Amino acid sequence: MSSGEVSALGIDAGSTTFKLVAVDGHGNILWHMLEPSQPRLEEQARRVLQEASAKAGRELEQGIMVATGYGRNLVPAGRRVTEITCHARGVFTATGHGGTLVDIGGQDSKVIVIGSDGRVTNFVMNDKCAAGTGRFLEVTAARLEIGLDQLGRVALDSKGETSISSTCTVFAESEIVSQIARGHPIENIVRGLVRSLIRRVAALARSAGITQPLMLSGGVARNPAVKDFLAEELGRPVELPDHPQLMGAYGAALLARNRK
Amino acid sequence: MNLLGSLNYHLKVNLLGKAYLRFDRMRLSWRMRRAGFWKEEQLAPPLFTSPRLKELISSHYLKGRYANGRGPVAWVTSGGPVEFLTALGYYVLYPENHGAVCGIRRSAEGLCIKAESHGFSRDICSYARTDFGAMLGGKTPVGRLPRPDLLLCCSNICQTVLLWYRVLAHHFKVPLILVETPFLYREALPHQVDYVKRQLDAGVELAEKVAGRSLAPSSLDRVVRRSKEASMLWAEIMSCGKQRPSPITAFDEFIHMAPIVEMRGEQFTVDYYRALLAELKGRIERGVGALASEKKRILWDNLPIWYRMKRLSRLLAGRGVAMVASTYTNAWGELAEMMDSSRPLESAARVYLHPILNRGTGHKLETIKNMAKEYQADGIILHSDRSCKPYSVGQMDQREKLAGEMGLPALLLEADHNDPRVYSDEQAENRLEAFMEVLGV
Repeated sequence: MSSGEVSALGIDAGSTTFKLVAVDGHGNILWHMLEPSQPRLEEQARRVLQEASAKAGRELEQGIMVATGYGRNLVPAGRRVTEITCHARGVFTATGHGGTLVDIGGQDSKVIVIGSDGRVTNFVMNDKCAAGTGRFLEVTAARLEIGLDQLGRVALDSKGETSISSTCTVFAESEIVSQIARGHPIENIVRGLVRSLIRRVAALARSAGITQPLMLSGGVARNPAVKDFLAEELGRPVELPDHPQLMGAYGAALLARNRK
Repeated sequence: MNLLGSLNYHLKVNLLGKAYLRFDRMRLSWRMRRAGFWKEEQLAPPLFTSPRLKELISSHYLKGRYANGRGPVAWVTSGGPVEFLTALGYYVLYPENHGAVCGIRRSAEGLCIKAESHGFSRDICSYARTDFGAMLGGKTPVGRLPRPDLLLCCSNICQTVLLWYRVLAHHFKVPLILVETPFLYREALPHQVDYVKRQLDAGVELAEKVAGRSLAPSSLDRVVRRSKEASMLWAEIMSCGKQRPSPITAFDEFIHMAPIVEMRGEQFTVDYYRALLAELKGRIERGVGALASEKKRILWDNLPIWYRMKRLSRLLAGRGVAMVASTYTNAWGELAEMMDSSRPLESAARVYLHPILNRGTGHKLETIKNMAKEYQADGIILHSDRSCKPYSVGQMDQREKLAGEMGLPALLLEADHNDPRVYSDEQAENRLEAFMEVLGV
């Protein structure tokens, strides 16, 4: 990341994590902040922005900020944009091209078709349930006492795969219990869980219509198994930007920069 | 009919009720004309005919409240061939319209819960559950519904009604006229029309028996003529949405459609739509739109989300997005031409075979494509309605084709027309905002 004067800030108040990205006048990421989302989001936003001002060495005014994410209305930013537009802008700039972006966040997943000019041409989101979202892995990993960070490695290293038929978070949890009782190795179950999540997301991607290339963003993209399984499921390579989890905040910062 | 019932009806409906509702309409009209009445910045003031609509709907339910004892009462499905019942002097109640009133007035949830506590599954249509809740004695904002003497169920809108009306028939222990309309993949074939016509003949016979009178051809002729005239006026009203700016939105239509659904065949319905059309033409002449500023125009597919109408209309209007038409309201105008009072039952058989929900999903896609062109739409919202499966089936493919082949931005919005428990404001509005960003506003 380069050093320089903060030109714009993007804040992504997501359902699971709170992200902030500062960019310079050229749209390069200067630095970022990332922490779990807190229930008192307004307080958190104020505190993080104070820290950001300290880091920038000057008072950062609202005019250079764009907020996105579920908590965007509680962030004192000059403008609010949905995460669909922000993720698209972030990934388009980071990769330099359009295509189909699969974003798997903490509590929703979305497939965004980005045109060659960087504009969103189509998008679909998961339905009103946790199936196909980060929350699915969070809950099921906790049940297996595996940290989210290890989940991907465990899935990739497993020798076999236990089929998890349920995409429902609650039902998958009880399915896990019965698979453990049947003596299935935990790593096989983990692999089955990631597969179950990916099948759900792949169905969403197919419904949006896949335009090449395929890209992935969101916190769940940090799990290496997700990228591999998605490529397998959709039969095409998946491109990952450098900071998949920051793409929403980055896109927001770029929108803020353009607006000035 | 009994003397006491008739006297009571005359006093409460024709004298006191009528006077009160007229006074209320005048009071509302007067208020609307006062400066400072309208505080919304993005939406134009309501149509001046609105108080008249309120009077019509209130009067309809007031008549219903005292209908038992005065004359026969029938409960019918929204796609029911109602003209012969009206001509026989039935008071006609539409449980689906009543469901919508309960949805708008936020009583539907309580009625659904009441139905569920009696064993009806949450997977059943929320209109049906609202109706069952009312049937089981739940509170309705219209006061009291009349007990039916006869039920008329037509399968042209969904399969749920077949079971729904059986429940009603069992509960009220009254006869049920069932009109089964074969599903159409293309235009209706002569034998299909004949099949429905024969069912209507049998239906008329049963309705005559229950009412204790014969169907006079002159009455049926009069009712069908009025039905046709009102449907044609309704179609013309919706066509006003083709103007830029549009003087009416689909949100307005969802409210103003009540008479064409539940008061078809009445002279006052024809008069009402004449007045509404005149007002819209006036708006067009003066260049007045339904929104303060119309930037983009969209279509709506499926039933409205009754309990969120105001909030959603504000959300869209806030960004200058005018919802200029809907396939749902269109359904009550598009078949007007087929009505023919010289062959009332045969033309009814044809008309009631052709609603959009009784035809293939390809037909619906064509309808949407045509509407998108005619109304110069910039996008479409497809409401995937958990409660209305026949309307929602095929929407995934329709969305894909509209977005892909036509390049028309299309949003699939998951909700339920009457049960707010399966609706999430946060998720729905987030999708709508993203959709508006795609539209560029």
